[in-house]
Amino acid sequence: LSHVAAYRGSFGAAEAERLLWRAGFGPRKGEAEALAALGLDGAVHALTNPGRELLVGAAPKDEKGRPLAPYDAWGHDHVWWLDRMVRTSRPLVERMTLVWHDWFATSNGGVGSQRLMLNQNQLFRQRGLGPFHTLLLDITRDPAMLLWLNGSDNSRWSPNENYAREMMELFTLGAGRGYTETDVREQARALTGFRNDWKDDVGPVDFRYDPHQHDPGTKTIFKRRGAFTWKDSVRLAVSHPSHPSFFVRKLWSYFVAGSPDPATQRGLEHLYVSSGHDVRPVLAAILKHPALYEGGRVTKSPAVYTAGLLRRLGRGIDTTAWTWLDGMAGQQLFYPPNVAGWDDSRWLDTATWRGRWWIAQYVLRPYALDPAKDAQPYDANVLVENALAFWHRPPLAQSTHTALVGFAQNALADARSASWKRKQYAVMAQNALRHLIAVSPDLQTA
Amino acid sequence: MSCNHCTGLSRSRLLHRAAAEAGRGLPVIEPGMPLPAGTGLSRRSFVTQSVGAMLAVYGASRLGVGAFEEGIASAATGPAQPILVSIFLEGGADALSVLSPQGDPLYRKLRPKLGLSSGAVFAEDDRLHWHPATAGLTQLYGEQKVTVMPAIGYTNADQSHFTSRHYWEVGATSTDLRTGWLGRYLDVVGTPDNPLQGLSLDDTLAPALATAKMPVASIDGPDQYDFWSNRVWGEVETRMLDAIGTLGVGNGDPAFSTAAGVTAQVDRLRTQLVPFQGSDGNPAFASPVAYPKSDDSFPRRLAGLAAMLAAGLPLRVVSLSAPGHYDTHSDQAGDLAQGLQLTSDSLLAFQRDLEARGLADRVLVHVWSEFGRRAQENGDAGTDHGAAGVGFLIGTRAKGKMIGEFPGLKTGLDDDGNVSATSDFRGVYAGLLEQWLGIDAGRVIPGAASFQRPALVK
Repeated sequence: LSHVAAYRGSFGAAEAERLLWRAGFGPRKGEAEALAALGLDGAVHALTNPGRELLVGAAPKDEKGRPLAPYDAWGHDHVWWLDRMVRTSRPLVERMTLVWHDWFATSNGGVGSQRLMLNQNQLFRQRGLGPFHTLLLDITRDPAMLLWLNGSDNSRWSPNENYAREMMELFTLGAGRGYTETDVREQARALTGFRNDWKDDVGPVDFRYDPHQHDPGTKTIFKRRGAFTWKDSVRLAVSHPSHPSFFVRKLWSYFVAGSPDPATQRGLEHLYVSSGHDVRPVLAAILKHPALYEGGRVTKSPAVYTAGLLRRLGRGIDTTAWTWLDGMAGQQLFYPPNVAGWDDSRWLDTATWRGRWWIAQYVLRPYALDPAKDAQPYDANVLVENALAFWHRPPLAQSTHTALVGFAQNALADARSASWKRKQYAVMAQNALRHLIAVSPDLQTA
Repeated sequence: MSCNHCTGLSRSRLLHRAAAEAGRGLPVIEPGMPLPAGTGLSRRSFVTQSVGAMLAVYGASRLGVGAFEEGIASAATGPAQPILVSIFLEGGADALSVLSPQGDPLYRKLRPKLGLSSGAVFAEDDRLHWHPATAGLTQLYGEQKVTVMPAIGYTNADQSHFTSRHYWEVGATSTDLRTGWLGRYLDVVGTPDNPLQGLSLDDTLAPALATAKMPVASIDGPDQYDFWSNRVWGEVETRMLDAIGTLGVGNGDPAFSTAAGVTAQVDRLRTQLVPFQGSDGNPAFASPVAYPKSDDSFPRRLAGLAAMLAAGLPLRVVSLSAPGHYDTHSDQAGDLAQGLQLTSDSLLAFQRDLEARGLADRVLVHVWSEFGRRAQENGDAGTDHGAAGVGFLIGTRAKGKMIGEFPGLKTGLDDDGNVSATSDFRGVYAGLLEQWLGIDAGRVIPGAASFQRPALVK
């Protein structure tokens, strides 16, 4: 039995919508209501035990209608994954894939192979809700990671401590939490043995563990001595007393604003250790926690924002523009800024906000009304109502609603002088209102 | 400066001009629909005018005679402020290659593969040689416009990228501080209505600029800050762009209020940068010197920065990331040379640009990295994380006298085999605050009194 509090308030469409934003990419039309009908426990169970994946809607294509080439074409990797986020019936699996991509942040900028990056992505998708120990073993020998943090450069004759350091600092323990520079060097020795070859025209091939490359000598790690191997290295990190608190704090930070209170932190650590370092029960407890429903809002990452707008409108992937657009907003998938991943506390600034403006512009393109042909009422309040209905009525703050009505009133007032303006300005104002709603603080956060 | 020559330009005309020149043509002209005012006006004519004053009028038309007008106008027309430009070499640049100790007897032993054997001798210490790719910097050094910090850092160096970088960003060896050292400077001297005072020319805001109170901004480049929507033009577009600011109303929720605050800053920044919007990818300004041609935006951003300073925009501290990969765990030589070359060539062009525009005495450039790299190369023709690194101050007002010294490879390495620091970055920050930016460092740097200030400015 865990000692973690669970939310006991009402679980209606608003709470279900928030859960879908945290555990996925927001609701499709009617999805929040359907999830709310399951109740909190049923909803979290459905998300954490989703069964086989169904992809809803048309297969993704590029702007010329051709199928994607995610292994080969620049930017197709990003939209291939975005398509999974938009169409999946297992939003939490996809969301956890994104969490692990940030946690074990590997950039194709250093790997140089979309195929290896997508293989790593598939690893996260398959193992993302299971035991952390297994995931860490898999990622330690994952070819993209071996290239990214020089794991296959690390041999007994020329140790390279890049992976050893980041494994402890960023993946399992946290900076300065119970290890020394000597531990870094000794872990690097334990992790020796991986290698790969290089083939011209193909790139890196034949990733393998070669015992001859491994340093078989005695190492001292966390004050323990032994002829440790890479598996020992992973085991020592996961069983280090600093690991459960690091794991819980980090996982929590992806789902809830602010830090867990001490009792929750302790309870989640207990749950994690007693389950044998399993991700799923900790995740389920976080998704049921009162702080998720009663606490503050969280800023959506650009990929979540984009996928969410597309899901909301039922639009599939029909352009690869999302790659550079999400990049402009600060999140090109498979290209995190560095091995620490994206900084979730700094998604929004004046540059990335502009990226979101253009994302919304592209999302809205096929829906734009033609001022010369379409009609909208010459009434500010009705225009705002129509724009809200277009987005399936996302809840808005009063201040946002006031700003929208104020804009519509000003736009229509400008049109007073001429009849052609009264007709056309109302249509343009409708286009503008949809855009303003999409970039409002209300839709940037959830 | 007054805004006599700009009061005739209404906000609406400016926006129409922007719409007309954004590379998408004019909206369809219906019978009776006026041609957008200002169409065809030369963009450069704005840049050569007092941009700040003009923008004050522009912003004021929505906000009334309010804080924004006052703020921008007074900031732009007040006394010229010293400007500090911070350039970050992300990843931990290898100081022992940037200034290679070819005259140190241990150098070849520690760097059998990576050891350099060419490059100009460093005049203040003939053991050291400039990296051949830093010819631009070497040239400026010869003109006494570069102060070199050959082994800068702090004691008990942290070898984590993120921790050490954080220390440099916040100006203290503390993991708890959440504001940057340049941000805290702006919290002291800045104004609540001028986001340009702290400008990150980057994809995202540089943490060193993070403030507690004052607005700061981040843009890709001054010529790339346009906004438009599908089938919205003319007066409605003007109203829509104005409405962005009205969405920026916070409530009690921290994330919502942050989003709202950024929205409000976007609105202010957009109005400030309207005159720089180019067309078809060409900026609306001309540079008096040639910058390196590159796919990387670094030279373009520096060119835009010089243009903004020349236009009188009220900037105080500016941050950019240098091009290149400096976390060189393997195959270091090529990567490092490429990044250093573009960085150094661009900084030389920037300096010449400032000199041509008569701005050189107002600008100091600070180049830094989160640490240097280990003296002993690793087995992959690379180097692992080290301790003390290399830094530079560049400008006509830079003192040009080395800060600290190269400690040598025999006695100058710590227990981990990393170069020990002979100058402290917090002392340099304190010196910059006091000698260049003109405020008491104790208001910005924790424990400032304990750090020795080198002479930085002449």
